[in-house]
Amino acid sequence: MRNFWDPFREFEALYREMEQLFDQVNPVRRIFGRITDGPLSASYPLMNVGEDKDNVYVEVLAPGLNPDSIEVSVLNDQLRIAGEKAPLKTDIRPEAFYRCERGSGRFVRTLTLPVDVEADKVTADYRNGILLVTLPKQAAAKPKQIAVKVN
Amino acid sequence: MKNSTLPTKQENNAVATRENTRTLTPPVDIFDAGDALVVVADLPGVDQEHIDINIEKNVLTLKAEPSTRVSEPRLLNEFALYPFYRQFQLGEMVDQEKVRAELRYGVLTVYLPKVAEKQPKKIEVKVG
Repeated sequence: MRNFWDPFREFEALYREMEQLFDQVNPVRRIFGRITDGPLSASYPLMNVGEDKDNVYVEVLAPGLNPDSIEVSVLNDQLRIAGEKAPLKTDIRPEAFYRCERGSGRFVRTLTLPVDVEADKVTADYRNGILLVTLPKQAAAKPKQIAVKVN
Repeated sequence: MKNSTLPTKQENNAVATRENTRTLTPPVDIFDAGDALVVVADLPGVDQEHIDINIEKNVLTLKAEPSTRVSEPRLLNEFALYPFYRQFQLGEMVDQEKVRAELRYGVLTVYLPKVAEKQPKKIEVKVG
């Protein structure tokens, strides 16, 4: 319970609003990362999560991964995605670069799933630089249709 | 001779720029591989047939249209894909006939070979 005034919480709310404002002005930031680094900034890789009545879908924006390095695992309600963005060949001299914006390296990101899923039926598909993870919901988590009797 | 007061038609030398829509600028690596310039661009969600690479008047234009998403991201929405667009001014050194490109795991690599006479020549120093 929070029953005293916490100035840091106020700052946090302001910070979040500013971030949203900047995102609206510059949609590129939303995709390719935020300038500010901190607990409130989005981590790599960016994800979209959606659902329908049978599945939860996680879309991961991760172009240029080494396909052998991608690891997707589910433990209880935690989805863990790890991989490596493949570096360019290493024999390029540093002074030969005109632009160097893409970056490379290993990453791990975990996500708390909103519902219980069937861990052994999870599928992952890496296509065109987007990893799509399909997580079938457990029967208990699916909505039940209730028949309405009309008298 | 009297100068004409009619405005002369000026040839528009500018290359077409993007249409006035929301676009994304893909991050790129560009490096000199000795006999070619290599442009590497992250284009996630783009199919091979939706990439348009064009060189006109020494301007390289990359256009790409990402395909639609699978589901509506109602639970977490961190990115949205819009058409990618970026232009680069090239020097005279690129042999435009021999440009080739490949797309792999959402990363586009464009090879821009240099014109033969613009490649560095090694001059041997004879020691007498």
